Amino acid sequence: MTMYHLIVFLPLLAAIIAGLFGRKIGDTAAMAVTCVAVIISAILSWVAFYLVIYNGQVVTVKVLDWIDSGSFSVDWALKVDQLTAVMLVVVNTVSAVVHVYSVGYMSHDEHRPRFFAYLSLFTFAMLMLITADNFVQLYMGWEGVGLASYLLIGFWFKKPSANAASIKAFVVNRVGDFGFALGIMALFFATNSVTFDAVFAAAPGLAGKTFHFLWKDWDILTVATFLLFLGAMGKSAQLGLHTWLPDAMEGPTPVSALIHAATMVTAGVFMVARCSPLFEYAPDTLAFVAVIGASTAFFAATVGLAQNDIKRVIAYSTCSQLGYMFFALGVSAYPAAIFHLFTHAFFKALLFLGAGSVIHAVDGEQDMRHMGGLWKHIKVTYVMMWIGSLALAGFPIFAGYYSKDMILEVAYAAGGVGQYAYIMGMAAAILTAFYSWRLLFMTFHGAPRADHHVMEHVHESPMIMLAPLGVLAFGAVFAGIAFHDGFIGHHWKEFWGSSILILENHKAMEEAHHVPFLVKVGPIIVGVIGIFVAWIAYVRDTTLPARAAAQQPLLYSFLLNKWYFDELYDRIFVRPTFWLGRVLWKGGDGKVIDGFGPDGFAATVIRLAKRASVLQTGYVYHYAFAMLIGVAALVTYFFSSMGH
Amino acid sequence: MTIGLGHYLTVAAILFTLGIIGIFLNRKNVIVILMSIELMLLAVNLNLVAFSTHLNDLVGQVFALFVLTVAAGEAAIGLAILVVYFRNRGTIAVEDINMMKG
Repeated sequence: MTMYHLIVFLPLLAAIIAGLFGRKIGDTAAMAVTCVAVIISAILSWVAFYLVIYNGQVVTVKVLDWIDSGSFSVDWALKVDQLTAVMLVVVNTVSAVVHVYSVGYMSHDEHRPRFFAYLSLFTFAMLMLITADNFVQLYMGWEGVGLASYLLIGFWFKKPSANAASIKAFVVNRVGDFGFALGIMALFFATNSVTFDAVFAAAPGLAGKTFHFLWKDWDILTVATFLLFLGAMGKSAQLGLHTWLPDAMEGPTPVSALIHAATMVTAGVFMVARCSPLFEYAPDTLAFVAVIGASTAFFAATVGLAQNDIKRVIAYSTCSQLGYMFFALGVSAYPAAIFHLFTHAFFKALLFLGAGSVIHAVDGEQDMRHMGGLWKHIKVTYVMMWIGSLALAGFPIFAGYYSKDMILEVAYAAGGVGQYAYIMGMAAAILTAFYSWRLLFMTFHGAPRADHHVMEHVHESPMIMLAPLGVLAFGAVFAGIAFHDGFIGHHWKEFWGSSILILENHKAMEEAHHVPFLVKVGPIIVGVIGIFVAWIAYVRDTTLPARAAAQQPLLYSFLLNKWYFDELYDRIFVRPTFWLGRVLWKGGDGKVIDGFGPDGFAATVIRLAKRASVLQTGYVYHYAFAMLIGVAALVTYFFSSMGH
Repeated sequence: MTIGLGHYLTVAAILFTLGIIGIFLNRKNVIVILMSIELMLLAVNLNLVAFSTHLNDLVGQVFALFVLTVAAGEAAIGLAILVVYFRNRGTIAVEDINMMKG
């Protein structure tokens, strides 16, 4: 029994207690158990972070023999290296903060034990994922967080839209996870093992090797990493498989902060960084990762411009920031991506929880067109949202400044697809600043657009919700300044140890420190421009957005409808699937299987029985006649046989 | 002309056939069916007695007495059932007694 057992299994224990015995022990006890367990986990995670990073105690703790079947054997083990330690801190800190925040936010909900059980279950699954020692365990955690996400998006199960969103999230993730599973199988096929150490050790030998499939030879590492990345695209809502993330905002706001901003959606980034020894030998996949990431960063930022739901704006912002992380991964700057993951977790969770506080204050309203002028009433929340937005826009000193600048610098330094990523990233940066301040101005400034009943009841959130905001704000301000030297400074190689492999010829990390001055200050300049434009449009001349939308109606509706991705998928996938399902249901199942199977048998028996029952007339003399015929026949037979 | 076994058997056969025809052609009354059955039993009795005399074997006549007893019991039970049936359903017309119809 080590500290790592406690970190991973305390949330599970709490989830079991709150989930199975929540009714017996009551709401308060269920909340207390889960909160305490996760807080202990979080504190121990910081201890683990210190031990691993500064004392270099990289360990693998075996939990049990898990699967042993022929040459396929899997242990359940907790691998704690630098990468895991960073993720432990992120996951458990945000999780603990969200747990405490939820005590206040969900105080009027009647299903609190269930909610907290799901939250803790999610935390456990996420910890399984990041402490995985092999691909099977990673996959189990991967599916576990997917399950928890599904349960929490559909937490308000009486809302049809929440149910639809949870199903959408699950189905879209299935697409990615199918690729992920195939990728794991491909690696097992190639290396006959699923443990990280064995697979990574075999990777250099596999580079350039091919296998034959469907009339063609394929590069095995490229295919395997591509399939793995497909899983990451689904989980991390990258362009193409992103459609579930904005809909996932149907869940309670703390869920959005924990799962759909800080932790689960970054699982894809973590997984690619974890598999860096594989991706490094598959340059084609890396380029693909960079292109997808950069495109997502730009795409999501443009959509964020036109959304009116406060949570959806932040959701698209998350999508966009995940794009940044992926193109950093794509140019082999894994530390920069993980650093952005680390800082992003703080300020994005802060923004979400701040948005939750706003929603709480205006009585459940999420449409920013019905807000405005709130800053006087909820000053603490207002400050928190400013801090979060400044960090998101990459304002100096704030956390996002260090990580976002670094990502843009590595993209610039990498060249090639990095150039594309850099341009897209800069464009996304200006849009990010714009929509962040659009959110701030629309929500907090100007004349109140809510009706006076709501305005009279606007109130600051209770302390139990503000304190978590404070913790996250602390992270959003200081996480960058405190850790940038370690994560991405000159000694990043010592910091990350053997947990991340970058080949010698991928020099983006080194050269990022020697980019031109203009590139270094570029993100700040475009950020300020974005804020200034937002100020003009939403404070000085508030009719400007409407006029702009009227002038460019096509562009506006294109952005408002999220590039018509949902409509496109509806046409290409959803409707044909429904049609096929209907055909198989009515025709295949109803007509063929039921027709010839159970229903057919039953109908035949009934038809024959009807025919037989016609013989039963009910008249006595008919029965008597039948008896006589029988007797006559018997007698005839008797006599005729006697004759012989 | 002496009356021999053949004459007795002929009369018995005619009576039996009348009984069967009585069951089938009767469309009115269940009592007629009972009477027809009675007729058939008597025809059988006639056969038994005739063969008994012919073969000098008393068993046939003893058997005829048993048949008479059974016939009496059958008539009693049959009529009792009919009375109850009439009380319940208000009719004993053969056409109406078809509750067993499938």
